[in-house]
Amino acid sequence: MAVEDLAGLPAVPETSFLLGRLTWQAIPHEPIVVVTAIVVALGGIGLLALLTKFRLWGYLWHEWFTTVDHKKIGIMYMILGTVMLVRGFADAIMMRLQQVMAFGGNDGYLNSHHYDQIFTAHGVIMIFFVAMPFVTGLMNYVVPLQIGARDVSFPFLNNFSFWMTVGGAVIIMASLFVGEFAQTGWLAFPPLSGIGYSPYVGVDYYIWGLQVAGVGTTLSGINLLVTIVKMRAPGMTMMRMPIFTWTSLCTNVLIVASFPVLTMTLILLTLDRYVGTNFFTNDLGGNPMMYINLIWIWGHPEVYILILPLFGVFSEVTATFCGKRLFGYTSMVYATVCITILSYVVWLHHFFTMGSGASVNSFFGITTMVISVPTGAKIFNWLFTMYRGRIRFELPMMWTVAFMLTFVIGGMTGVLLAVPPADFVLHNSLFLVAHFHNVIIGGVLFGMFAAINYWYPKAFGYTLNRFWGLVSFWFWVVGFWVAFAPLYVLGLMGVTRRMRVFDDPSLQIWFGIAAFGAVLVAIGIAAFFVQIGVSIWHRKAYRDVTGDPWDGRTLEWATSSPPPAYNFAFTPVTHGIDTWWEMKAHGQTRPAAPYLPIHMPSGTGTGVVLAGLATVCGMAMVWYIWWLAVLSFAGLIGAAIYHTFNYNRDFHIPADAVARVETARNRALDAAGV
Amino acid sequence: MSMAEPTTPSFWDTDPHHHPEGASTSLGFWVYLMSDCLMFAVLFAVYGVLGGSYAAGPGPQDLFDLELVAINTALLLFSSITYGFAMLGMVKGRKGEVLTWLGITLIFGAAFLCVEMYEFYHLIHEGAGPQRSGFLSAFFVLVGTHGLHVAFGSLWLITLMVQVSRYGLIEANKRRLSCLSMFWHFLDVIWIGVFTFVYLLGMIQ
Repeated sequence: MAVEDLAGLPAVPETSFLLGRLTWQAIPHEPIVVVTAIVVALGGIGLLALLTKFRLWGYLWHEWFTTVDHKKIGIMYMILGTVMLVRGFADAIMMRLQQVMAFGGNDGYLNSHHYDQIFTAHGVIMIFFVAMPFVTGLMNYVVPLQIGARDVSFPFLNNFSFWMTVGGAVIIMASLFVGEFAQTGWLAFPPLSGIGYSPYVGVDYYIWGLQVAGVGTTLSGINLLVTIVKMRAPGMTMMRMPIFTWTSLCTNVLIVASFPVLTMTLILLTLDRYVGTNFFTNDLGGNPMMYINLIWIWGHPEVYILILPLFGVFSEVTATFCGKRLFGYTSMVYATVCITILSYVVWLHHFFTMGSGASVNSFFGITTMVISVPTGAKIFNWLFTMYRGRIRFELPMMWTVAFMLTFVIGGMTGVLLAVPPADFVLHNSLFLVAHFHNVIIGGVLFGMFAAINYWYPKAFGYTLNRFWGLVSFWFWVVGFWVAFAPLYVLGLMGVTRRMRVFDDPSLQIWFGIAAFGAVLVAIGIAAFFVQIGVSIWHRKAYRDVTGDPWDGRTLEWATSSPPPAYNFAFTPVTHGIDTWWEMKAHGQTRPAAPYLPIHMPSGTGTGVVLAGLATVCGMAMVWYIWWLAVLSFAGLIGAAIYHTFNYNRDFHIPADAVARVETARNRALDAAGV
Repeated sequence: MSMAEPTTPSFWDTDPHHHPEGASTSLGFWVYLMSDCLMFAVLFAVYGVLGGSYAAGPGPQDLFDLELVAINTALLLFSSITYGFAMLGMVKGRKGEVLTWLGITLIFGAAFLCVEMYEFYHLIHEGAGPQRSGFLSAFFVLVGTHGLHVAFGSLWLITLMVQVSRYGLIEANKRRLSCLSMFWHFLDVIWIGVFTFVYLLGMIQ
């Protein structure tokens, strides 16, 4: 049938015992993919060779892969997110190129089989493997420092969660070179994602990639939630927590309360595809709309999982760079909690056109509009914090201002879409695409750049280059608007999303502008990498010995940059919301001696092993290699049980080691005259 | 300077500040259980939507054998009681008692699983497998997910029996026994939901 025509793949895959449905035909023959595969393979071999040449394997394994240090895990999450951003953006630019070409009978350069995979992969990667690792990494790095803790509640689980996220990313990336990816859109709605219409491995890659990563996300949500509840420094009551910690708490509540819904929904889809059940089928009593309800019951909280931590970032950045206590701390907390709760009662606005009737649509339309009230309160709090503040336009603050200007417009187009009659016109149009890119890029991504510029000096001990940061900032912000403003226009004219070719030549100019915007964004991304590179090169010149380059307010700035493994030699005590600011105001001095041995969790390779087995199991399921799936799953359970027989999971950093680190820091501070 | 200077608050706690080992575990496990509960919530909701979609196939009254389900319910409820006795033994620090009651719990759990597998086998044999209709898909997956949990709980139980017999009732093992206890009782609560909403309501519809 159709699949055979498009990709030269067998419509009804033949399976063998040993390799399942994995055959030579699974290796794509399209030139674009083949060249990509070769480039990636050569790059990968080159990287491995370099690692071997410089004998870095032992270092990486002992210091990074097996670490349970929340700071290193946070950094690894950020690296994962950055790498996947490049992949996701490559997809974006391919779509822009296709759409600007495919007019007036020109078929563009991508066939529909390939194009449909690209827009699906773009969405999946950007949400699950860019935004989520960024958010999780940031929370992992910053939250324990902000609450004065030495690590998270469950350090081993933290390492395992990270490697599960990597495992999911590996499965998704493998689909590029072996087989195919889903051609269904990023949420894989049935019946299109059912076995009848998607008979080959694409949707299975989607399912298993997300399931493996989803386990990691849920566990890291539980971990950080418990950490914030249980591990705060003495005196830090809930209403004294830094705002970023508050937004992280709400985000992790959302993760724990929504990811299980995604997991179970995908399990049901899996059963429909593998076992032949009838949950989401069109016949024998199945109900595809039930999938759409369930997936959005997860999906809407998910967008707040992404944005809430960044609201926290903007709060920290605004207060720091205006030199003022955050305006309306209490209202900020309540706004965050309101958003958390409301995010559960708006899911149906994603499919007003389902036809639930006027009253149901009205209810969800109104709740959706209501959610803009606490969000608006936050915007005003930031503005009032800036009002009469001594604003320093460092890079994090610039990103914050750009966010406020961009996100407000994105939010307003969201309120437009919340009106059901308007949504009937705009549903599935490019207006919607422009709206959610407006809030996700303008909110999550701008926030991430604010956060990276803000906390990078904390993580590495030197500030980031300002010039290349400015280049990146302007190309990103201008590029974003050039790329997405045309989509608003096109959407209002009725152009639907996910189109491969167009008939009306008058539309082409808008796609041309959008493609130009994408090029600007590409320069912004490149400038970001240059910024990192230049900063590493000049790290001695950019060195910050104080540990507090921005005159910060919260506890993470009270320790050195980068912080020692144990974060704080002595436990900080909190008396207000800006503990470090108060410490500075009172001219506190760090206690010097006697240093005490510090109790820390030990690193372990179990997380890597377990996640590796889970990844193998996922790949085996994708390819119907049943023996391998059973074997790796049994191995997974066995390894987990074996791990529970290890009761010695911690050690003490001796007091003299602590004394050495702290004395060195005192000397450095004295030398710098601080 | 008649008034006393406000004293600088103390910002550092120089005493060793230990979070006691495993202090977060019970909260963490509770949160995990609630996330698991949400998975079951999805399955109950799915059953609520598809429970009447027989697709011209058999319905609950044609299929369910309440006596069998009553036996199964009794087995599971008894296993919760015996687990409770194991926990009482743990509090008293009697290792042998703990192991005995855990063993009895395991037998009840295994018996429950056997009855459930027999029920499933019987249904599939009659042509009422999970592929037959939306109703049967929802039924098999809701009941089967619960059964899978019991199976994993049993595996965990065996592991803990080995660990308790080898290392005794040390703090870490007590913590693990408490977690499994919560898990086991949680599965009981879920089963009461299944028994009520699937079996009992199914028979009186």
